[in-house]
Amino acid sequence: MGEKLPQVQGDPQLRRDTLSRPVRTLRAKMVLLGSSGVGKSSLALRFCKDEFRNTSPTVGCAYLTQVMHLSDVTLRFEIWDTAGEEKYHSVTPLYYRGAHAALLVYDVSKRDTFIRAQVWLRELEKQYVAGSTVLWLVGNKGDLAQHRQVSVQEGQSLANDRGLLFTETSALSGDQVDKLLLAVAHRVYECVGAQQGGLSEWQETPHVDLRRRNHLFASCCKVGP
Amino acid sequence: MDGEAQRATASWGNGTLAPGDHLRSDRAESPTPGLVEGTEPGAGQKSAMFVHAQSFEDLTAEAEEEVRREADINNPGDSEEELNVLVGEKEPHLTSESKSKEEDVSSEAWRSHRKHVFVLSEAGKPIYTRYGTEEALSSTMGVMMALVSVVESEKNTIRSIHADGCKVIFLTKSPLVLVGVSRTSQSDKELLRELQYIYYQIVSLLTLTQLNHIFQHKQNYDLRRLLAGSEYLTDNLLHRLDRDPGLLLSAVTCLPLASSARDTVSSSLQAAKSKNLVFSILLAGDRLVTLLRKKDQFLHHIDLHLVFNLVGSSSSFREGEGWTPICLPKFNTAGFFHAHISYLEPASQLCLILVSTDREDFFNMSECKQRFLERLSRRTAYQALKDALKSPTYSVEHVGIPELRHFLYKSKSSGLYTSPEFPDVYISDSEQERLMGLYQELHSSLHHPTRPLRFFYRCGERENLLAWVTSGFELYLCFSPLGTKALAVAAVTKLLKWIRKEEDRLFILSPLTY
Ligand SMILES: Nc1nc2c(ncn2[C@@H]2O[C@H](COP(=O)(O)OP(=O)(O)O)[C@@H](O)[C@H]2O)c(=O)[nH]1
Ligand SMILES: [Mg+2]
Repeated sequence: MGEKLPQVQGDPQLRRDTLSRPVRTLRAKMVLLGSSGVGKSSLALRFCKDEFRNTSPTVGCAYLTQVMHLSDVTLRFEIWDTAGEEKYHSVTPLYYRGAHAALLVYDVSKRDTFIRAQVWLRELEKQYVAGSTVLWLVGNKGDLAQHRQVSVQEGQSLANDRGLLFTETSALSGDQVDKLLLAVAHRVYECVGAQQGGLSEWQETPHVDLRRRNHLFASCCKVGP
Repeated sequence: MDGEAQRATASWGNGTLAPGDHLRSDRAESPTPGLVEGTEPGAGQKSAMFVHAQSFEDLTAEAEEEVRREADINNPGDSEEELNVLVGEKEPHLTSESKSKEEDVSSEAWRSHRKHVFVLSEAGKPIYTRYGTEEALSSTMGVMMALVSVVESEKNTIRSIHADGCKVIFLTKSPLVLVGVSRTSQSDKELLRELQYIYYQIVSLLTLTQLNHIFQHKQNYDLRRLLAGSEYLTDNLLHRLDRDPGLLLSAVTCLPLASSARDTVSSSLQAAKSKNLVFSILLAGDRLVTLLRKKDQFLHHIDLHLVFNLVGSSSSFREGEGWTPICLPKFNTAGFFHAHISYLEPASQLCLILVSTDREDFFNMSECKQRFLERLSRRTAYQALKDALKSPTYSVEHVGIPELRHFLYKSKSSGLYTSPEFPDVYISDSEQERLMGLYQELHSSLHHPTRPLRFFYRCGERENLLAWVTSGFELYLCFSPLGTKALAVAAVTKLLKWIRKEEDRLFILSPLTY
């Protein structure tokens, strides 16, 4: 887990802008892929609410949002938490197409999920446009040390071979989860945000909140998944 | 159970639909003699919300053709592409999640379950078992398939086997075969109805087109691969079939709510429309708050129950917004709709389901929800709705009939039913299941394929039961065992009056469309 967090190289132009006007909010599409049961929904729940709960299997896909404040920009992650079941396979491209970040999640205590993550990787690579998507391999359930079937080295070397970033996490304990999200944010901003038309600006539409907590009902611009 | 009374009463029906003499006199005492469909308490004022009429018979009839003729608003255009992905791809073998229902299939406990349900492919491959694991049952299912084929080879269809207090019911719905093994006193027809539900549950996950395609390409396909992770939906549906009067009555029940508040909620929902939005459903737990549909598009109660089952079986929609393909088999077995499913507030019981024909419609649906919330939050109706959630049901004591313990009343034209909460006598799970079992028996008698009854009174040791079906409604009452038949008949009058008085609150009388 010696992954070094990528540093954001502050663009001087951008820096100056932020002094004169409010920090921009950019939309970033993230997709969570991997077998069912590896902890994708648990990670998403950690990302968005920093909670851990026993959730039931995802039906279809779940959509959540989380705002990340970086030093000179705010990223609004639109997270697509897929189910990972084979019957939904045919609709999954909807979610990874155009994603700025794809997290390939496996369960370190189940080898077959590691193999499955590689199947996803192959599928993604078919569509991959260099520089448009940050691919991250995530070995979850790092807390299950006694049942480990995939070593840290294996995960790391797969990532190295295929040019992915790699982190081991535990959605249960929260270990490395915050850091992962922050690192993804930096990386997305650095790689995708720098390109022309890489990330679009988020226009807040007036929205209603029955509980007066803004992020829960945040709506968004009309762009298909 | 008082067998004498049962037989005496049963003879009234005597194989014909014409009411016997007793029945006629009973009906004369009714407050609204000659109740016909469309004027019964709870009947919608404008148009019906669901496909209605012979909704029960509908289930056991071959409805395939009708389904195929359904409106063409669903475009399964992309299914070919999807199918190739599904069938063509070789994937690493995945070890299936070990089932919590692991149980020794040779044990007495396994054998003595009240109702088994098995689903297999026409090649005899196990697809689903309610108890135990499919692997352990592959030879049993092989035998079942052999039975089906032997009979079929004689150009016949096996329907059921009765033996030793046990019924085996077969339903062949190519490419699937469903088998029910029951020790209950339900009729073949009722059991068949339950198997139909299971069949539709599977179709709703995959579409019939996809099922056919898969088995045409690979007869030996292991369908469990595609159903993996969804077995709990079938498990839950079977549980509901034992417990939910709505599935028995082919009807749904509403959250009691002042009609003014309900109308405001409905019109707020109506205002949030979108091109491809076909159905909007607002649920409070298992109760309907309102349902909007595109003009001329009807939602069948089976499809609605499948939606209820999906939403009720999973807590996953509590986090964020759900977006899932769903086939509504009574509408169209060929294609998927796409449902946006979310709760109005994180801890709320209110769940909004927006059904679109377009799989790329997520953000449109999300915006529809926003618009609905915007409107709703500006009205006092939202508070009224939240208050109504605090008393989602009512006590039978409100009716004011001392001997009456519980009842089910279904308005046939609206496809809606109402029922009070279970009284203390039936508070335990086992007692509730027993009462539901009794209702099921009454239902079987009223809907007997050859000798249907219209009126039925039965004295028992623990309760007396009365059932009555007219062209407008179906009514099932449960009385304390101390009551008499005369009292029961008088109670019907009183109950119908009460329901009429409360119908504004208990039913959706003015459903809206887009
Ligand atoms: N021990 C452990 N269990 C986890 C962890 N993350 C998730 N789980 C459990 O794994 C199961 C599946 O998690 P879920 O998030 O639904 O997986 P998904 O299907 O990939 O979305 C649940 O029972 C979770 O409680 C983790 O980091 N450690
Ligand atoms: Mg999940």
